[in-house]
Amino acid sequence: MTTITYLEAIRQALFEEMEADPRVFVLGEDVGAYGGAFKVTAGLQEKFGEERVIDTPISESAIVGAAIGAALSGLRPVAEMQFIDFIACCFNMISNYAAKAHYCWGAAIPIVIRGPYGGGVHAGPFHSQCVESFFLNTPGIKVVTPATAADAKGLLKAAIRDPNPVLYLEHKYLYRRIKEEVSSDVFVPLGKAIIRREGKHLSLVTYSAMVHLAMEAAEELSRDGVEVEILDLRTLSPLDEEAVLQTARKTSKVILLHEAPRFGGFGGELAAIIAEKAFEYLDGPIMRVAAMDTPIPFGSPLEETYLPDVKKIVKAARKLMDY
Amino acid sequence: MPVLTKEQQFDLLYYMLLTRRLEEHLVGLFKEGKISGGLYSSLGQESISVGTTYALEKEDVVSPVIRNIATVLIKGYTPKDIFCQYLARVDGPTKGKDTTLHFGEIERGTVAPISILGPLIPIMAGVALAGRMQKRKRVALTYIGDGGASTGDFHEGMNFAAVQRLPFICVIENNQYAFSTPVTRQSRIADLAQRAVGYGIQYAIVDGNDVVAVYEATRKARALCLEGEGPFLMECKTFRVKGHAEHDDPSKYVPRAIFEEWRKKDPVDHYVHSLLDQKVFTAAELSEMENKIQQILEQAKKEALESPLPSSEDTSTGVFRV
Ligand SMILES: Cc1ncc(C[n+]2csc(CCOP(=O)(O)OP(=O)(O)O)c2C)c(N)n1
Repeated sequence: MTTITYLEAIRQALFEEMEADPRVFVLGEDVGAYGGAFKVTAGLQEKFGEERVIDTPISESAIVGAAIGAALSGLRPVAEMQFIDFIACCFNMISNYAAKAHYCWGAAIPIVIRGPYGGGVHAGPFHSQCVESFFLNTPGIKVVTPATAADAKGLLKAAIRDPNPVLYLEHKYLYRRIKEEVSSDVFVPLGKAIIRREGKHLSLVTYSAMVHLAMEAAEELSRDGVEVEILDLRTLSPLDEEAVLQTARKTSKVILLHEAPRFGGFGGELAAIIAEKAFEYLDGPIMRVAAMDTPIPFGSPLEETYLPDVKKIVKAARKLMDY
Repeated sequence: MPVLTKEQQFDLLYYMLLTRRLEEHLVGLFKEGKISGGLYSSLGQESISVGTTYALEKEDVVSPVIRNIATVLIKGYTPKDIFCQYLARVDGPTKGKDTTLHFGEIERGTVAPISILGPLIPIMAGVALAGRMQKRKRVALTYIGDGGASTGDFHEGMNFAAVQRLPFICVIENNQYAFSTPVTRQSRIADLAQRAVGYGIQYAIVDGNDVVAVYEATRKARALCLEGEGPFLMECKTFRVKGHAEHDDPSKYVPRAIFEEWRKKDPVDHYVHSLLDQKVFTAAELSEMENKIQQILEQAKKEALESPLPSSEDTSTGVFRV
């Protein structure tokens, strides 16, 4: 066991998968000698050479398109978006090509598209977005959102070995803020949620950086005697629906927490699933804590207002506990 | 080509110096930790924004990208606007909702960029298209880097503008690096302007560090566009003498010799010296201009630092127009 950051965990996963499987290669902007904008790919080109760590032009459609073509030919590409916001440029490649190939003509497209995601670092409306809902309504692509260093490593390994297109969203706020012991053989299967904290009064269902906010809020609520259960979804698609229903049935009170805007966000889908399948267990309305329905603003205090925070979670929890 | 009047030369010099000094102040604010996010400078390539934008007429529309701060200054945004924008204060053009040059106002002849490279090419083609449909005598002009010119939007936008023969000027600022990636990794052609051949349009390759050359090339391109010979692809050769942004150290990926070579071609120094040599200006007039600029900037910076941060209620305003 060694103590590593979330960022280092991702780097290690790439390194180890490339070492173990010659089909795995990396492509993206500035990923080579420079090691990527955030240094996630630092040292990879030195080790694996320019053929397996490819610096591309600024051409996201070419990056993802080439990854798809290589995957169709039996390779296992990992494509980096310098910031996940730029994925908009290659939306067609992902949503209309990669996500439908298997369903329509049986082709395997084992690609991973990964990149820095999320806000909290004052990076403005084009470098801070949470894009999962763009893709969750597109069957055929898996969506992965690690919250811890161990998961970052274990889920990326699973994503690379998965025979489907996987969107792997790494939260840039966590890159260097999270540090923990990670066992060398960590592997986390896709599609399995995990209980981060056991509780019996209320469930917080969440993922990615929000898991850490949820933990803080749970700590605060425990001082009032409220025992919060925290479910970290880890993979949003395919969803571990049973885990969601189980915690809802157990505590009867559910708050759905995500960093993406509320309207059209994943919380709405989760709420519908719970309402359809566990309604009789509920003891209060399903609540959502999410970002505001605006683009994510740059400056202080706008971004702070926009994002969910511990206060908003605690407030929602207290309201729900009053039912 | 008519020679530039003394007044025009004075203006060109003024905007070159204003841009240089304004960016020096911004770097100072960045180092003091007052500017969050990235700070991208146009150091060493001011002449491109100055020469192109100054060559436009009032009715023309221009859209800056990250290193075209002179463009918005020439289009009438004040140093205070700029300071407030970079400091994310309420008095900035985006009122703290965004930073850098991400703002514009079509009435003023500017269109805002976004961080994502490429969309401005088809968008400005659309501005040119509308101008023609509305029977206006105007051109649209925008910029793209050697890196941005690899985007799909660039190719689609140029090709559309070409088949439509739009009055649109695309200026490629070839500063040889896109973040850490050299231009040889963006394209196999030495002159990016040669792509014009593939679109069937005219092009020029210009010394981007020579503000007069840039000005003259833009005037010619503009005239051609208004005669219906557009669009026009203009490549300005220059060099990014800093890192991608203030937080980036380029010595890790740019050979030192190239830096030294290009420092000697500094466009501001070059223009100052040529005007002094030709006795268009005296050293005394120059220092008077410098003093005036510093006063303007000190005052603007002070006002900007006094400008309030946006209030949290502003977060939800302005999503839709009412
Ligand atoms: C579509 C897209 N991909 C990637 C980026 C990230 N990015 C921002 S600036 C930049 C380099 C731009 O280089 P260039 O276009 O040559 O302009 P320069 O910075 O040299 O002026 C990159 C890769 C982006 N903003 N948009």
